[in-house]
Amino acid sequence: MSTQFEAFKTRAEAVSAEVHRFTGKAEALAFVLEFLKETGVSDAPQCGAVWAAGSFLDGTESRDLKAKVPGITFDVTRKDSAAARVGISQMDWAIAGTGTLVQDAVVVEKRLVSTLPPIHVAVVGTSRILADMGAVLERLRPEQINYVSFITGPSRTADIERVLTIGVHGPERLIIVVVDDFEQVTA
Amino acid sequence: MTTQFKESIETALHNPNLTGALGRFSEAYRISRAKAYEGIDFEAVRDQIVEIKASASSNFEVLASEFKASAEARGARVFRTSDPAEVKQYILALAKEKGVQRVVKSKSMASEEIHLNAAFEKAGIEVDETDLGEWIVQLAHQTPSHMVMPAIHMTKEEVAEVFSQEVEEGQAPDIPKLVKFARAKLRPKFLQADMGITGANIAVAETGSLVIVTNEGNARLVTTLPRIHVAIVGIEKLVAQVKDILPILTALPRSATGQLLTSYVSIISGQVPNTDGSPKELHIILMDNHRSDMVKDPMFKEALQCIRCATCLNVCPVFRLVGGHVFGKTYTGGIGTILTAWFDELKKSEDIQGLCIQCGSCVPLCPGKIDIPRLILELRRRLVVENGQSLAMKAIFGVVNNRRLFHSMLRMASVTQKPFKQGRFIRHLPLFLSDMTDFRSLPAVAAVPLRDAIQKISQPKGGEKIAFYSGCLIDFCYPEMGESLVKILNKAGIEVIFPDEQTCCGAPARYSGAYEVAAQNARDNIKALLATEVTHVVSACPTCTVALKHDFLDTFKSLGATDAMAEAERLSAKTIDFSTLVKQLVDAGRLTFKEGEDLGKVTYHDSCHLKRTQHASDEPRELLKQAGHELTEMYECDTCCGMAGSYSLKLPQLSAPILERKLKHIKDTGASKVIMDCPGCVMQIRGGLDKDGSPIQAEHTAERLADRFK
Repeated sequence: MSTQFEAFKTRAEAVSAEVHRFTGKAEALAFVLEFLKETGVSDAPQCGAVWAAGSFLDGTESRDLKAKVPGITFDVTRKDSAAARVGISQMDWAIAGTGTLVQDAVVVEKRLVSTLPPIHVAVVGTSRILADMGAVLERLRPEQINYVSFITGPSRTADIERVLTIGVHGPERLIIVVVDDFEQVTA
Repeated sequence: MTTQFKESIETALHNPNLTGALGRFSEAYRISRAKAYEGIDFEAVRDQIVEIKASASSNFEVLASEFKASAEARGARVFRTSDPAEVKQYILALAKEKGVQRVVKSKSMASEEIHLNAAFEKAGIEVDETDLGEWIVQLAHQTPSHMVMPAIHMTKEEVAEVFSQEVEEGQAPDIPKLVKFARAKLRPKFLQADMGITGANIAVAETGSLVIVTNEGNARLVTTLPRIHVAIVGIEKLVAQVKDILPILTALPRSATGQLLTSYVSIISGQVPNTDGSPKELHIILMDNHRSDMVKDPMFKEALQCIRCATCLNVCPVFRLVGGHVFGKTYTGGIGTILTAWFDELKKSEDIQGLCIQCGSCVPLCPGKIDIPRLILELRRRLVVENGQSLAMKAIFGVVNNRRLFHSMLRMASVTQKPFKQGRFIRHLPLFLSDMTDFRSLPAVAAVPLRDAIQKISQPKGGEKIAFYSGCLIDFCYPEMGESLVKILNKAGIEVIFPDEQTCCGAPARYSGAYEVAAQNARDNIKALLATEVTHVVSACPTCTVALKHDFLDTFKSLGATDAMAEAERLSAKTIDFSTLVKQLVDAGRLTFKEGEDLGKVTYHDSCHLKRTQHASDEPRELLKQAGHELTEMYECDTCCGMAGSYSLKLPQLSAPILERKLKHIKDTGASKVIMDCPGCVMQIRGGLDKDGSPIQAEHTAERLADRFK
């Protein structure tokens, strides 16, 4: 598992993602909250954070999180997402070979938080890192899931003079939080 | 060639921004592509792609029905049509019915193919491209010049000017700022649009899935925010199964941009919810537009294996000089020439097919294993069948097909060239012919052709016999190359016979689309070369070698001349190129190099036909090293020198800058000699060095090795 993680981290960092690994959910959650604070998330206009539902939040009271970082919204809307500074969502799988995150993205809120805000924080369990896309497509089957998203690093373009520029239409930062003690059961 | 076309070439060549950007990109591309494929068996991946795409194109009808059924079962509406006009009608009618006022698009070549934006604008519907390159091109009222990088022809200064003029004044030529500006300006458009239009890179029949690949993330927004999603999909994007996605997505990002995977891949299979909770309308248009006609054409069916990675543009020595706009409005480069001929009409490819220099650089790198130069040659042949050959060409081929007349004219040329001859070169030609000597000196026709000179050489008798096919250049311009070859083979105890009835290999006719002429040349040569029992037929000209080994067969096949095939096969089996033969003789101990020689530094130029058709690139290098040379490699050693037979006569304005690059790379090595295996390349490179006044000598490997054996 740790070699898969290392490969994933190397590949993801090579495409400008930021990767952090934690043993427990509590530590990971603390990191995310601290990150939001540092990034200036607050209830001021254009400073919010939108958090799409996911099992990572099971057992956590949204009230408590909001108390720690005012500005977090769990009731994700198009308007809030367009104005937010950070979007947070949970991923279903990851791919070691390419540093990719994969998500059943049928629920539109999951897409809103990962497309509109300039920063996307993605949470995934260490055990969900698979070798390649083939292994993922056996588990997250397009036969059953109407929208599957693969995300590899932040949004990028090289359309002007072939100069690589990060963050065109999608997020300019992708923060990946990998959690060891997090057994995801979805998909 | 139309004046307009010639002018478009001139305009491109005189745009330093364009040639600079493309030149730098083509250099960086090779490196990033190679790195992206580390640890991947490219041959295995492309074999899988070919299998998937070839079987899909044989089953379009079945797959399209299956796709329709699968996608509709999941809430999509699928509309199939062969007519681009119907695609536009369908979308406009839908827009009207649903009260659509604003449309955002992510990149779709199929929509470019049918000029969809113009139709929207005419209907008074606001339409915005959201891929940054496409948006720039749209604002500049241009068309994309490259399938993957639509605005590669523009500098940041030009982009800033377009933004300032079309969107908001005062934009500075600062790339990160320009990108931020595009983000800020396009964001409200995404949020306000009623309809999102995408293409698809792959469409999976069994699940009704669309696979959409982007880096910017615009396709995710286009398929998420507007309440209606319309996907325009060429039927060649169909594959049977989900697992077929894998090899295509292994190759596409690696070949297109040197990435392991693009930032985003979305697999959309049926309806998904809108942000207000309503189900999103999903319309998928499966567009044919002559694709199923291509399936029925046994030669062109393979062009449907294209995954639109644009490798053939990125590695093309001509594309990097002229860019995409010379090719037309939609599909550009090598594959673009073929697609234009089919999706538009054959006649539209008349000028652009001539841009292909037939160097074959794209062939080993195409993920769909499409032999683009061969298909372009076939377009050329069909154009000649349709339009006839020009009078000038007819006159030339009339001569070439009559060996006696052809050869006596070549002999006469050695007399008539006198006013222009200086030493062994023709340095200046008058009038319209001056284009040919503007950038290089041409070789003078030799006073005594090889066919006469060879008779005077006393050769070993009674042992092995090999027939020598010299080709016209060695016979009439460079007989010393032929004499060197004889000398070397004689050292191995081999008698070299020169069948007098041999004539032009037919390459000039074939590469001009005159297959009947080429076939007659082939028949004459086969008869001459197989008349005497020999172990091999050797040639020191790679183009001739390829003609004898492959093209004769191919020409007969194209013309259905089955009667000539058996003998052509026999000749093909006996044919061998000079360096491969000599290497074999050295390895077998029949030729031994003189010992202890220190002959200095040379560099080697790979001729297109030798490297990419005969796959001989180690052999000449090995021989030069064993002879006592230090070999120093030049940059892009296997990039075409720009000669390419009659190409340098037809398009000297392109041949010249290709040669210029080659000469620079030769000079940069510091070697005093550049060696090659092709008399045509010698003609081009030696002539260019002469014109430059450079002391570097260009030699054929045979000349270089003539005195090196014991």
